[in-house]
Amino acid sequence: MTIARFWRETPRRYNLGGSRCSVCTTVYFPPRTVCPTCTAHRQSLGKMEPFQLSGEGEVVTFSIVHEPAEGFEMQVPYALAIVKAVEGPLLTGQVVNVVPEEVKIGLKVHATFRKLREEGAAGVIHYGYKFAPKEEAGTGPRAGREAEPAPTPALSPDPSRARA
Amino acid sequence: MRDVAILGIGMTKFGELWDHSFREIGIEAGFQALVDGKLGSHDLGGLYLGNMASGAFLEQEHIAPLILDYAGLAGHHLPAIRVEAGGASGAMALHEGYLAVASGAYDFVVVGGAEKMTDVSDTEAARIVDATADTEWELVFGATLPSLWAMVARKHMHEYGTRREDLAALPVHDHQMASKNPLAHFRNKVTLDQVVNSGMVADPLGLLDCAPLSDGAAAVLLGPLEGARKYTDTPVKIAASQVACDTMALHHRRDLTTMDSTVFAGKRAFSQARRKPSDVQVAEIDDAYSIGGLVALEDLGFVAKGEGGVAMRDGRFFGKGPTQINTSGGLKAQGRPFGAVGVAQVVELVRQLRGEAKERQVAGAQVGLAHNVGGTGATSVVTVLERMN
Repeated sequence: MTIARFWRETPRRYNLGGSRCSVCTTVYFPPRTVCPTCTAHRQSLGKMEPFQLSGEGEVVTFSIVHEPAEGFEMQVPYALAIVKAVEGPLLTGQVVNVVPEEVKIGLKVHATFRKLREEGAAGVIHYGYKFAPKEEAGTGPRAGREAEPAPTPALSPDPSRARA
Repeated sequence: MRDVAILGIGMTKFGELWDHSFREIGIEAGFQALVDGKLGSHDLGGLYLGNMASGAFLEQEHIAPLILDYAGLAGHHLPAIRVEAGGASGAMALHEGYLAVASGAYDFVVVGGAEKMTDVSDTEAARIVDATADTEWELVFGATLPSLWAMVARKHMHEYGTRREDLAALPVHDHQMASKNPLAHFRNKVTLDQVVNSGMVADPLGLLDCAPLSDGAAAVLLGPLEGARKYTDTPVKIAASQVACDTMALHHRRDLTTMDSTVFAGKRAFSQARRKPSDVQVAEIDDAYSIGGLVALEDLGFVAKGEGGVAMRDGRFFGKGPTQINTSGGLKAQGRPFGAVGVAQVVELVRQLRGEAKERQVAGAQVGLAHNVGGTGATSVVTVLERMN
């Protein structure tokens, strides 16, 4: 994959930037040019507005992958899930910060910024969202960070946390 | 639109065909279909060729004229057209060929399907076939084709109480049938335990839930039903050929355990053929992944939604009900040379409807149905065939 091909999607892959139809208010991720559900199909042209997902969601279904996709060899077995975001759209991504056996349908998760894979030793490193179980207040690695002001994007690139 | 018949069939062995090149297998299947249909090459109107990824597998694009050329037909300057629809490329080529003859644009066309998948490593081949899912929003995040189907399986188990063993029943049946099919990739039988305990690919799907990577080609000769007996003793009518599509990514579907593309292609096909599921004696169902076959039987209306697991457990489609499925061995055991699959399914149905399926013959088969899927169900093609008595 060329740098440009990945780079042009970074607003979506890093920050979960989606879109919302201003006619019927349905939210989409990734962003769409026309609204598929709005009955006034073509009236949505030019009326799709940017919409930021919060990154909060729930596991709808999942698999534990043993035969990995290319570039994911070092991560097996890994949990892959379809997550329904609280705003409505569904996304596919890995579930991390949890042993695969503990991933369940209905697990509440939030998006987290991670390294996805690298293209060989000298190739491009891809970053993007993965999902982690939502911590209860006062527990887990994010404890104590709740008082910090929330960054404007849902996910802020933080190289110290950029691990699979 | 006029009625269209299948006048001839041809098929190579499926499997790891190290000794044979892409052009060899493509030509072999095509000539068999022409000879079987007793049609001279000079009467041919065109060639439709289903192929998913010759560029990625062989670094060769533009393969339709290539096959035409090596079939000795370049001098006839016929139109040769490649058709791509992921795993449904073969059935889609058949759809295009059917429309061409039905419309009257051409009288006789060969529809071929061919794929050569073993000239690259398994890892490379997996990467190529995974690309029938959404590269940008599924694969980039670590998804593979089997893991996406595994998520359909997990959801089906969660919603309807489908068991791991229910998924395994279809591969067992497929291998049983393929043991009687000399052209099949795998002719060994497997047990339920072997499938359930096969090496995990993407939980809950094991290796034996997944169809293999195969080389192979299949072809049919199409012509107008009127006058078909000049070319064959037993014309088989294409009673319906229907295509339906859906969202590219699995996560955007209306329901994760329903392939709406199959629902719509199936409804349209039964309507066109004026048939219902119980009229079908033989069906070739796309079971590239065991869960896919189970869900397809529900989506085509052979069983109610959610009852696919119980139907598999009871062997309802393995000889105990009005419809028998995958007498060829299915994608799982006959093999899965992507672009050839949809055509090979139809070849098996024609054998059945002509009464030429030997040990695999379903007595009195009159109506057959083929179901072929691309990706995780972004495309489905349903074909209904009928024996003309």
